[in-house]
Amino acid sequence: MHVAHLSLTDFRSYDTVDLGLEPGVTAFVGPNGQGKTNLVEALGYVATQSSHRVATDAPLVRHGASRAIVRSVVVRDDRRALVELEINPGRANRARLNRSPMSRPRDVIGLLRTVLFAPEDLALVKGDPSERRRFLDDLLVARAPRFAGVRADYDRVLKQRGALLRTAAQARRGSRSGRRAENDAGFAAAGAGDVLSTLEVWDAHLARQGAELLAARLELVEALRPLVAAAYASLAPGSAPASLEYRGTLSTGGDGVSPEGVSPDDVPPAPGSTAGVSTAGGQATEEQPARGPVGESANGRDAGARSVMAEHGTAGRGTTARPAAAQGTAAHKAHPAADRDTQSAAGQSAHPAVGQDAHPAAGQSVVDRGAIEQALRAALLEVRSAELERGVTLVGPHRDDLFLGLGELPARGYASHGESWSFALALRLAAYELLRADGGDPVLILDDVFAELDTQRRRRLAEFVSSAEQVLITAAVPGDVPTELAGAWFDVAEGSVTRVR
Amino acid sequence: MYEGVVQNLIDELGMLPGVGPKSAQRIAFHLLAAEPTDVKRLAHALLEVKEKVRFCRVCGNVAAEEECRICRDSRRDPHVICVVEEPKDVVAIEKTREFRGRYHVLGGAISPIDGVGPDDLRIRELMTRLADGRVTELILATDPNLEGEATATYLARLVKPMGLKVTRLASGLPVGGDLEYADEVTLGRAFEGRRLLDV
Ligand SMILES: Nc1ncnc2c1ncn2[C@@H]1O[C@H](COP(=O)(O)OP(=O)(O)OP(=O)(O)O)[C@@H](O)[C@H]1O
Ligand SMILES: [Mg+2]
Ligand SMILES: [Zn+2]
Repeated sequence: MHVAHLSLTDFRSYDTVDLGLEPGVTAFVGPNGQGKTNLVEALGYVATQSSHRVATDAPLVRHGASRAIVRSVVVRDDRRALVELEINPGRANRARLNRSPMSRPRDVIGLLRTVLFAPEDLALVKGDPSERRRFLDDLLVARAPRFAGVRADYDRVLKQRGALLRTAAQARRGSRSGRRAENDAGFAAAGAGDVLSTLEVWDAHLARQGAELLAARLELVEALRPLVAAAYASLAPGSAPASLEYRGTLSTGGDGVSPEGVSPDDVPPAPGSTAGVSTAGGQATEEQPARGPVGESANGRDAGARSVMAEHGTAGRGTTARPAAAQGTAAHKAHPAADRDTQSAAGQSAHPAVGQDAHPAAGQSVVDRGAIEQALRAALLEVRSAELERGVTLVGPHRDDLFLGLGELPARGYASHGESWSFALALRLAAYELLRADGGDPVLILDDVFAELDTQRRRRLAEFVSSAEQVLITAAVPGDVPTELAGAWFDVAEGSVTRVR
Repeated sequence: MYEGVVQNLIDELGMLPGVGPKSAQRIAFHLLAAEPTDVKRLAHALLEVKEKVRFCRVCGNVAAEEECRICRDSRRDPHVICVVEEPKDVVAIEKTREFRGRYHVLGGAISPIDGVGPDDLRIRELMTRLADGRVTELILATDPNLEGEATATYLARLVKPMGLKVTRLASGLPVGGDLEYADEVTLGRAFEGRRLLDV
């Protein structure tokens, strides 16, 4: 798809601007602070109805104006859609599609799909785990809008459960006056009135929503892994390979925190005895025995019960191989259906929650949501007393991280500025490839990306993006636009955008 | 800020659900301009509802007497109880004319954020109603949101030892809507709740 037209009224620094755009490459060039990013931010807003720079809408409205309007014509398979958004900070936005008002503005989300790389994305590599979780979840929503609901439900369960845990923590410390029902024998016998009786209910809901989110993230990481590696390799040929590992508070695989070189702050805080562990990465080698969860849980039973995903291969980092026996047995208990798939514990997959031993049929889910749900419930039980002490939910996808590795080392804390930049870019390019494979090229937006790259990486990036249906580039200096990317050219200065090529 | 009594009225109106400060102000000035008889009628209705209407001793629905109309109606099936959150849900279900059993109004849903636990709902009263074993089916018709689901799960677990049939309303697609315009969440839930088609 591509954007054929963009017009803004009272958006950011623009009072009005009107641009005709074409497929292929378009560059917006001009000095700092002239409004280049404002233009592409507006397109990002059409796609997601949120800004990549700010969490609220108020800064998007031109200072002194009361609302902003973004109009765009999106062309997909020769069908044109006119998407109009009125941004009303503090009130409901309004949307029109082909001039008819939509009752819910969010119904026009996704008509335009963009992948936007911006300097803020450096935080994907250098920032907190929350940045990487958001990257994954945003991508899930972009691929299947249903996940907006899953995510919202999960957040809501967390809030409810958190409130309950805090109440319970207070009741424990205080006079236990919270147990009003204790004198009512029948009622109390049924377990009602006790905070813990409703905790079970929230556990069940947390596990269900959490498993859905977690399963989707794990599948997403599997899909992204080769794409990120390929994107990074093509940006920086000959450099150490880029790898991804999902690191969960729930043990989801055999590979774990590698003994070498993981700085403590790369590992999400481990609740109680639960270790921060991960799915495996790298090239699957069938002969390799599955490794146990790392970070050694207090006892083998728990470790196994939480291990719902099988070793997938190894990250090739030379971690010591460990037999998978204990893990395999417990995994059986957690999910009996697995029995028929698992021939023997050692020497192959302990548990096929992620099917790597068989060849999963195309389109079939390779992550076992049911097994994850059960494991989440078990893990919640295990950390319950710690949770009641602290009043927060200690296991679940809200505490997970996506580990980024460059060769032997984690990217975070180790990679150079240029490497981090390239890694963040590789993540976005992989997202682009994935969305593209789902059908229809998204619009690729590269804000200020070239200035930070060396000559070779610039050239490689230019090659990489040249096949996209539409690429929009911003640069402060004309020389930052690679000559390979000859296309339309707009000068951006003092609030006006002028086509010069 | 207005003169004492006017501001008082605005403040009181502003405490009603769904009435923000702006609407409160608009309603207040509407009342100031209205005919005294109209305002008296409104005031009377407010007082009367407080004096005359109470909650049914049995089911918690609004009632003009000790027991509500439905609980007093001997033609209603005493073996089936439909559990809802609010009296307005009773009205909604009654409109369908599909249900001939009895109701139980919880008075809300479990929501720790709002400080509402099982003790704060009419769950104890429900357990008492179920104790004699006359009821054979419990329909959980709490709202299809997270809190409603949690309340339904809680109740289902609580009554499980009693061995009665527990059902949950299917949450599905609005009738008269085009499938393609149903929002993803609704459509997703409808998929989850899909059933075998008997032909
Ligand atoms: N709501 C607003 N109202 C008026 N002006 C705004 C508003 N928001 C941002 N601006 C102005 O827009 C300018 C920033 O625009 P933008 O971020 O697009 O710059 P840029 O061309 O991308 O610059 P750089 O090369 O530094 O990235 C700033 O001068 C800022 O003051
Ligand atoms: Mg900029
Ligand atoms: Zn009644």
